[in-house]
Amino acid sequence: MPRRDDIESILLIGAGPIVIGQACEFDYSGTQACRVLREEGYRVILANSNPATIMTDPEFADATYVEPLTLETLTAIIEREKPDALLPTLGGQTALNLAMELVEAGVLEKHNVEMIGADATAIATAEDRGLFKSAMIEIGLEVPRSAIARTWEESEVALKEIGLPIIIRPAYILGGKGTGIATTPEEFEKAAKAGIEASPINEILIEESIVGWKEFELEVMRDHADNCVVVCSIENVDPMGVHTGDSITVAPIQTLTDVEYQAMRDAAFAVLRRVGVETGGSNVQFSVDPETGRQVVIEMNPRVSRSSALASKATGFPIAKIAARLAVGYTLDEIPNDITKATPASFEPTIDYVVTKIPRWAFEKFPGVSGVLGTQMQSVGEVMAIGRTFPESLQKAVRSLELGRDGLNCDAAEGELDDLSDADLLAQAAVPRSMRIFELEAALRRGFSVDEVFAATKVDPWFLDQILAITEERAALSGRTVESLSRREWRRAKQLGFADTQLAWLWDVPVGEVAKARADVGINVTYKTVDTCGAEFVAETPYHYSTWEDETEVAPSVKERVIILGSGPNRIGQGIEFDYCCVHASFALRDAGYETVMINCNPETVSTDYDTSDRLYFEPLTLEDVNNVIEAEQAASGGNVAGIVVSLGGQTPLKLAGDLPRDLVVGTSPDSIDLAEDRDRWNALCAQLEIPQPAGGTATTTERALEIVSRIGFPALVRPSYVLGGRAMVIVHDEDGLREAMAELSAIGSLGREGGLSAERPVLVDRFLQDAIEVDVDAIRDATGEILIGGVMEHVEEAGVHSGDSACMIPPVTLSDATVATLEHYAGELADALEVIGLLNVQFAVQNTGGQQVFVIEANPRASRTVPFVAKATGVPLVKVATRVMLGATLDELRAEGLLTDKVIGDHIAVKEAVLPFNRFPEADSMLGPEMKSTGEVMGIDLTAGLAFAKSQIAAGQTLPEGGTLFLSVADRDKAVGVEAGRAFVELGFAIAATSGTARALKEAGIPVAVVVAKLEEASGTDAVDLIKSGEINIVVNTPRGRGPRADGAHIRAAAGSKGIPLLTTVSSAIAAANGIADWRTHRFQVRTLQEFHNGVSRNDLADR
Amino acid sequence: MTYEDALLVLADGSTFEGEAIGADAPNGITTGEVVFNTAMSGYQEIITDPSYAGQLISFTYPHIGNYGVNDIDFEAASPFCNGLIVRDLARLHSNHRATSSLEQLLVDKGVSGITGIDTRRLTRTIRDHGAMPGAFGTASEAELLAAAQHQPPTDGVDLVQTVTCQSPYETASTGGTRRIVAYDFGVKRTMVRQLSGLGTVEVVPASTSAADVLARQPDGVFLSNGPGDPEPVTYAVEAIQGLLGEVPIFGICLGHQLLSLAMGAETYKLPFGHHGANHPVCNHATGAVEITSQNHNYAVVDDAISGIEVTHRNLNDGVVEGIRCLDVPAFSVQYHPEAAPGPHDSRYLFAEFEKLMQHASRKDA
Repeated sequence: MPRRDDIESILLIGAGPIVIGQACEFDYSGTQACRVLREEGYRVILANSNPATIMTDPEFADATYVEPLTLETLTAIIEREKPDALLPTLGGQTALNLAMELVEAGVLEKHNVEMIGADATAIATAEDRGLFKSAMIEIGLEVPRSAIARTWEESEVALKEIGLPIIIRPAYILGGKGTGIATTPEEFEKAAKAGIEASPINEILIEESIVGWKEFELEVMRDHADNCVVVCSIENVDPMGVHTGDSITVAPIQTLTDVEYQAMRDAAFAVLRRVGVETGGSNVQFSVDPETGRQVVIEMNPRVSRSSALASKATGFPIAKIAARLAVGYTLDEIPNDITKATPASFEPTIDYVVTKIPRWAFEKFPGVSGVLGTQMQSVGEVMAIGRTFPESLQKAVRSLELGRDGLNCDAAEGELDDLSDADLLAQAAVPRSMRIFELEAALRRGFSVDEVFAATKVDPWFLDQILAITEERAALSGRTVESLSRREWRRAKQLGFADTQLAWLWDVPVGEVAKARADVGINVTYKTVDTCGAEFVAETPYHYSTWEDETEVAPSVKERVIILGSGPNRIGQGIEFDYCCVHASFALRDAGYETVMINCNPETVSTDYDTSDRLYFEPLTLEDVNNVIEAEQAASGGNVAGIVVSLGGQTPLKLAGDLPRDLVVGTSPDSIDLAEDRDRWNALCAQLEIPQPAGGTATTTERALEIVSRIGFPALVRPSYVLGGRAMVIVHDEDGLREAMAELSAIGSLGREGGLSAERPVLVDRFLQDAIEVDVDAIRDATGEILIGGVMEHVEEAGVHSGDSACMIPPVTLSDATVATLEHYAGELADALEVIGLLNVQFAVQNTGGQQVFVIEANPRASRTVPFVAKATGVPLVKVATRVMLGATLDELRAEGLLTDKVIGDHIAVKEAVLPFNRFPEADSMLGPEMKSTGEVMGIDLTAGLAFAKSQIAAGQTLPEGGTLFLSVADRDKAVGVEAGRAFVELGFAIAATSGTARALKEAGIPVAVVVAKLEEASGTDAVDLIKSGEINIVVNTPRGRGPRADGAHIRAAAGSKGIPLLTTVSSAIAAANGIADWRTHRFQVRTLQEFHNGVSRNDLADR
Repeated sequence: MTYEDALLVLADGSTFEGEAIGADAPNGITTGEVVFNTAMSGYQEIITDPSYAGQLISFTYPHIGNYGVNDIDFEAASPFCNGLIVRDLARLHSNHRATSSLEQLLVDKGVSGITGIDTRRLTRTIRDHGAMPGAFGTASEAELLAAAQHQPPTDGVDLVQTVTCQSPYETASTGGTRRIVAYDFGVKRTMVRQLSGLGTVEVVPASTSAADVLARQPDGVFLSNGPGDPEPVTYAVEAIQGLLGEVPIFGICLGHQLLSLAMGAETYKLPFGHHGANHPVCNHATGAVEITSQNHNYAVVDDAISGIEVTHRNLNDGVVEGIRCLDVPAFSVQYHPEAAPGPHDSRYLFAEFEKLMQHASRKDA
């Protein structure tokens, strides 16, 4: 059946900010959907609060609403746009939940909007544990024994019926949040109660524990003619008990006979049909008892998911794109297979390689968190690697993680496990943690048998034996020398995934010797193609991965090409923003006539969509892997590689820049990058330009650091060089703190980890500017020296909070015109002095001492995290412009070409707010500091600063109260401004509750305090935590006292977090919130598209309440 | 585990490096026509499928042997393929159904193999140049090349004789009450198992005459799969001509080609055949897409032939995948509705056979 003509406009809901459990895979799926639907001629209306996405680029939809994803906003959009249909299956759980809210509120019915891709009944059947279970039993499929409970009493009854161990899952929760395993009655009570509280409908599923069983997943699609296909089958290396998002997973399934696999396939289709997913993609999870083969259904998602992004990248079958086409009426056989072009999409991809996904965690950012993996997802990103065999793909995946590891052990960092006794090592491997895969290999290397390791870990013996193959190869190689290996032996080692760096470490020779000896015997890398069909048909889409076999499939062409290095796995500090930059670079260069080549290893991204660039290499971003691609591209084009872009993917590619062929790296020279990073050279530069900096110095030893501090005084900011996201950055207030920080940095340095201290990577120690306003400036300079200021962003939180965690505003609201002019002038001078070609980000601190005094903190000649936000706020495609500049165009030429446009003129203010993952890590303190902790960002855009800030808060998940009681507790150094914040709230009619010290300060300033609570340790009656938990508090402002979790503040913040009460941890954000509440009260809530803002909206368009 | 170095050499001189696995071959040489199969699971069923008689099976999926072998998933008592080509033979297998390893099966059944092959390059070679003879083993490159080039082509060779049973045997019904005679051109056990769900199955040798079959008074006749070129199997075509109109007929794979020949159609050899478990087939009657299991090198020419209509076509390349006789109760499909290995999407065809038999018996009554 062809395209539906009875609908003209479609509303698509995005997934909002990047959070744990919902990352940029939904930008990938949403971007594909937007593209397809517009290609089909529909008017696309998009709602998504995340400015760092490609899908919210104004050219991807007809109407782009960067607005908070709430029922109120969606209702306003629907009233304004009157769409014919709503497609809710491509924006993750967020979109699905919102769609259900719209149904329940009657909004869709009232405005005659048809839900396509899924219907409310199907969503409810899949999402509601009870409905799902009875549906499965009805169609004769097995599910784990289970019961539903809404109260503790019901939970107790269920416990008796099912018996321990038990899994508790809250209903309607994304990423398995609030899910727990209980093996004792005490654990059960704790988990059941927490689960009931976490579920939005206060309901939990209590299940027989199948921990240790094998876990599988099928990615399936169905069209409205009832054609069903399996796109990809996935087997988890980690058995049941670890959330699939936290598991190492492999495609295709490895250890099922065809009989078992086909039974699973039949079951998956039966689930799809019974749940009633009429069209689109879904995933169905299964568990299999390894002893008996008993197969049970675990769950299904009636939508595109994280694993469907993985499945799309793993097979070359674009699930989201096809799902969008199916939703508007097509059947699978009417859609061509993108990759072969000649065959239809109504088939099941077959792959002739092995795909391994490994999650990336960020536990080092959250002290106090156990790091034990469980049924609640905790990872912040993932990598995928493709190899012809599992050992090869596993080792490639490990080195893609950028943990400073070269592969599965056989590197310097493997020594971390040396201190463990054999028994302790095995015991440690038995508990799933982020480093378990290394422990498995180490245990096998120590001589434990596959059976013994299986007994301890339940990791399937096949996987263990494949790991053992790596171990045995290493043992065989360790007795050899670099020049003694035969051709077949080299080939065998490389086919098992060993990197040259691993062999160099093993033989203690320079890596160059390894590469040379290997090449001398004629063993060179080959590139194979991901083609959906195991080479049965000719592939049209060049999507490659490396392996070490007979022939390479990179097609020769003489066209001039540019290689773009991606940003690797999402992590805190380096996320979707950098993928956005790489994608923009690819688009801009393709438009300019270059062939574009992308290298990346993150399956969640738009950059690894084979549609984004002319050629995609799914490869680790290590020197060896990148150099191999460069050589392959040079060979295929007769040396026609015009350049390599390293400055858009964050630190990942930048770290490689110095070792890549110098004449090929485009943009700012590696020497300039070093000039900006090397503290001594940088200080000299600032002095020469007469740009003030905070006093400071560099240190490689604690003694030297103490010496610096004796000169500059405390507090001091201590940070490693060459890191993103403020990894290991701290503010120290005394000598002990400084010693502690230095010790920590040297420890990670000796392991070769990111952010570690070493002679080449000294630590920076600077005077910390208290109470200063932090400002970011993004600029572009071309080869003629013309400078374009992209944006000046004023941070809401004061200096000391990492810029990635701070809210910021465009245009600045409290800086004087003279200060802005100074900032722009300094940025320009620095750009000139650094001979920047392309993007530059400069961070400043502005101190209000008399006038506004500007200090430069640091400059980075590369794309910054804020670039997408600036582009959305100003309408200028900064990255596209910068990329062209890097390849030699001038700003003037780009103006003439029409790519570089003027900043939009309008009265709007855009606020970027960070989204923090503390709800995932209840043990961690939710205070902000110089180390970045946020996973994502949202944008609020409106015509006053207050409204924009309020929208940003709602979008980030904390709706500011309209009235009620403010709980205020600030550190002594914040007392003066804290009083002003208190006054602002009182003027809005809020009552104030405060801790004794804060209350005293408020009273002295004549501000009434309704409730005074004692400090926790002094409290006899109601303390601060009791008060917050009582539900009488509507907003909490609590600022931390110095470094580290201090008892009081940490408990207060944890209480606010667990009650879901808006929490602000800086006084400046409290004042911004007060302004927001004031503006919110006086103005009517309005939504506008980005396209409207870019055409210019005047303050006169504000509507009063 | 280390294996002896070995080579695979194709008739066109292409050489691949690997290691010898499975049974030792005489003179270190194993020859056959090289075909590739794209299924990712089901190697035990594939290796023991008699349709692969005379062929060297190369698997496009690199890891083979992961879940071992068991006593149930055999499609014949022994493999008829000449050899096995894989990228990576499992060192250890893991599955609760397994009773032995694939390597042990190869040794026990006298099948040689080669591992470590760049099977993707091999697939691309065959895709671009067509299925071709090859030889692998521990012999020298020159010996292997000579062996590959001396390997006779399959065109015009009756391979059915090498796989059919010597005398009839009966399988008890597991469900229905029909009496079915099944021609064994290389029948897979799963076909017999599926037919047993409809009634008693009498499996007869390929050369059984129409009169002999009719004497058994069957409710339906089944034409099985089998290896190679259908054209030289003239005795079967004659028998089918004698059965058409007398008794309902259902054919699969070679059985489909033989039925088509009996109806006057022609067959031809595909460049490299269809061997896999993911081929989309359109059922023209319903418009539905079936994901099918396939294993054939020959196909029926898509010409208008009086008395038959094409009921199914392959959506990848348009190859005829099913026909129905208009005037007599007979139909057949090129692909494998019994699966094993592969999807179960087309098992409804056994029920169609039952309907056809029901209809015929009602008419008789």
